[in-house]
Amino acid sequence: MPDFSLPAASRRSVLRGIGGAAVLGAGIPLLSACGSSGSSSDPKTVTLGSNASDAVPKKAFASVYADFKKTSGITVKVNTKDHNTFQEQINSYLQGTPDDVFNWFAGYRMQFFAAKKLATSIDDVWAKIGDNFPDAMKKLSKGEDGKYYFVPLTTYPWAIFYRKSVFTAKGYTVPTTWDELVALCKKMKSDGLVPIAFGDKDAWPAMGTFDQINFRLNGYDFHKSLMAGKEAWTDPKVKAVFDHWAELLPYHQDGFMGRTWQDAAQGVVSKKSGMYLLGSFVAQQFTVKADLDDLDFFPFPVINTAYGQDTVEAPTDGFMVSKAPKNHDGVVKLLEYLGTPAAEQLYLKTDPSVVAASSKADTSAYSPLQKKAFDMIGAAKSLTQFMDRDSRPDFTSTVMQPGLQKFLQNPKGVDSLLSSIERQKKTIFASS
Amino acid sequence: MISETTTTSPEADAVPPPGPAPAKKRVPKGAKRLLTRRDRITLAFMAGVPTVLHVALVWVTALASILLAFTSWDGIGFSSIKWVGLANFKELFNDNPQFWPALEHNVIWFVVLILLPTPFGLFLAVQLDKNIRFSRVYQTAFFLPVVMSLAVTGFVWQLIYNPDTGLINSLIGANKPGHYIDWIGDPHLNLWAVLIAASWRHSGYMMILYLAGLKGVDPSLREASALDGANEWQTFKNVIFPTLRPTNTVVLVVTIIESLRAFDLVWVFNKGAQGTELLSILITNNIIGESSRIGYGSAIAVVLLVISLAVIIPYLIATFRKERRA
Repeated sequence: MPDFSLPAASRRSVLRGIGGAAVLGAGIPLLSACGSSGSSSDPKTVTLGSNASDAVPKKAFASVYADFKKTSGITVKVNTKDHNTFQEQINSYLQGTPDDVFNWFAGYRMQFFAAKKLATSIDDVWAKIGDNFPDAMKKLSKGEDGKYYFVPLTTYPWAIFYRKSVFTAKGYTVPTTWDELVALCKKMKSDGLVPIAFGDKDAWPAMGTFDQINFRLNGYDFHKSLMAGKEAWTDPKVKAVFDHWAELLPYHQDGFMGRTWQDAAQGVVSKKSGMYLLGSFVAQQFTVKADLDDLDFFPFPVINTAYGQDTVEAPTDGFMVSKAPKNHDGVVKLLEYLGTPAAEQLYLKTDPSVVAASSKADTSAYSPLQKKAFDMIGAAKSLTQFMDRDSRPDFTSTVMQPGLQKFLQNPKGVDSLLSSIERQKKTIFASS
Repeated sequence: MISETTTTSPEADAVPPPGPAPAKKRVPKGAKRLLTRRDRITLAFMAGVPTVLHVALVWVTALASILLAFTSWDGIGFSSIKWVGLANFKELFNDNPQFWPALEHNVIWFVVLILLPTPFGLFLAVQLDKNIRFSRVYQTAFFLPVVMSLAVTGFVWQLIYNPDTGLINSLIGANKPGHYIDWIGDPHLNLWAVLIAASWRHSGYMMILYLAGLKGVDPSLREASALDGANEWQTFKNVIFPTLRPTNTVVLVVTIIESLRAFDLVWVFNKGAQGTELLSILITNNIIGESSRIGYGSAIAVVLLVISLAVIIPYLIATFRKERRA
């Protein structure tokens, strides 16, 4: 047995120990920061950076990759990070040694990295999977240069959610025009309901309301180009959006600045609120089966007949390829597989809160709510992604989120607010 | 001959060389005996590594962010750094609707902390110093908020302030339509609401600092003032408080630092929405995240740095001057 009994530690050995510890202490974080740099270019492995840190999506993705391995023999090595952390670190992640494939969103947020040459175009993949997707999805998957950079997997719509039983009991009908919506709000208020549930503590829900009113009133093209910084926020068209919003504001739930969307949704669950404009993830708050079956939605009413209801806000999640994938052939195979309706269906089996991005997916297993969402998205002429995905994230998070909150608290100050937004927009969009 | 006598040091004489060889090897004396070569390398290493780390992590980064404040950079590749001169600062001072409120809130934060929880902490410390019963229990109770992470504090207070299900609104019935008190969202209320939470924590912190100071007060001072017929308040005002001077300086500096770096509580509370903007939160919002505005965020950070220096440098100068005099 080796002798472990220590001699009385000499001054020198203590010094050496401390020095060594300092070197280790300094070295370890540096090494671990390098991330997945050590991975080899094994032709049987594709690495994938995932933001699916929640239990349900994580499990759903795992089932998809397991199936891919069965058919192709290629292992998908998943590197999962916390959803928000992934998003916040995406810049440095993509510049460092990213995984071959990574989870990302369609729209401006995808185009940005494509333009920065941090993503690889995948026209070869789309040559095979192109037929699986409607035109609106194709539009969403292209960079500004017209090349494909993105493979969509799932999507979900924003709409006005309500409970069928409440509408039947009070004899309400689904409003299809702006005037009908306002009339319905008035009616609900006199019936003692909160007409529109609302919570803007997290600052992003208000962006959803703006989007809906803007593309209904000014159309998809104006909305898109406003988001891209090409239109002035001082334009009377934008002012008109806020005027419409101000008309609806008295019917919104009080105290919204301190309320999360989850709490606002509880008002609909408990039948205290009549309607709620949100993404279909609102269904997560309906934990009782009977309540969930009672949940329904309708698209935001027509404001301008020139555009009708041709646009649907349908944030789409999917995959992109990093700038220099180590296993290019494997990546192409994986994305071709992920672009099939079969892969989407497999995913939805575990995570039914979203719908397939492909128009060819089998909808027989869908709930009525999913079916309706799927049809609405499939029939849309244009799809938007939500303000923070359609525009520069720095603009939406540092200017629009506080700006919209300001409007909500002081709807009368909209003129000075808009000129302030416009000034800030100019400098942000002028940079880079 | 003469030269030989001078080179033989008295020490060398005291220890006669065992052989002929060592006497030849002459290194400048002094350092030689105390530290061997290996010791010196080790020490150089021990001093060097922290110095390198300090320079790299503190000075280089601070200077880099000062330089970046005059650029526009989205964080992608060094080639995209563009020199923009004072544009960031101009935009910050003229166009950013959140900057001036944020500055104001940082100042309010300091004023409130120094005026309310600090004297209250002192009050608690004086009471606890009297060795009342269960003193330890009280100490623990008051100090507990300091031990808790600020994020947890923020979360707890959020439950109290929640407009629908929160403690306060439920108790006073302010969670019905038309009666809402929006503690978290209302820009006239939320800063004060969050300051109550901050004060709750700060008084515990101040209590411990003052308690430590009070324990160091010489008991004979109290005796003497009692003999002189001073009542409790007079003793405190004229005898105890003046001896707490060193503690007061620490308290002042700690409070200034706390108010300049206030962040976590508000971040958890409402992410610095209208009414609770803070400089630290503006910096975070601009720098962290995708397609970040690193140059602009750095400009805000430089403003914060300048404010910190403006507060700390006079303090340091005063302290050093005092020490020199002493």
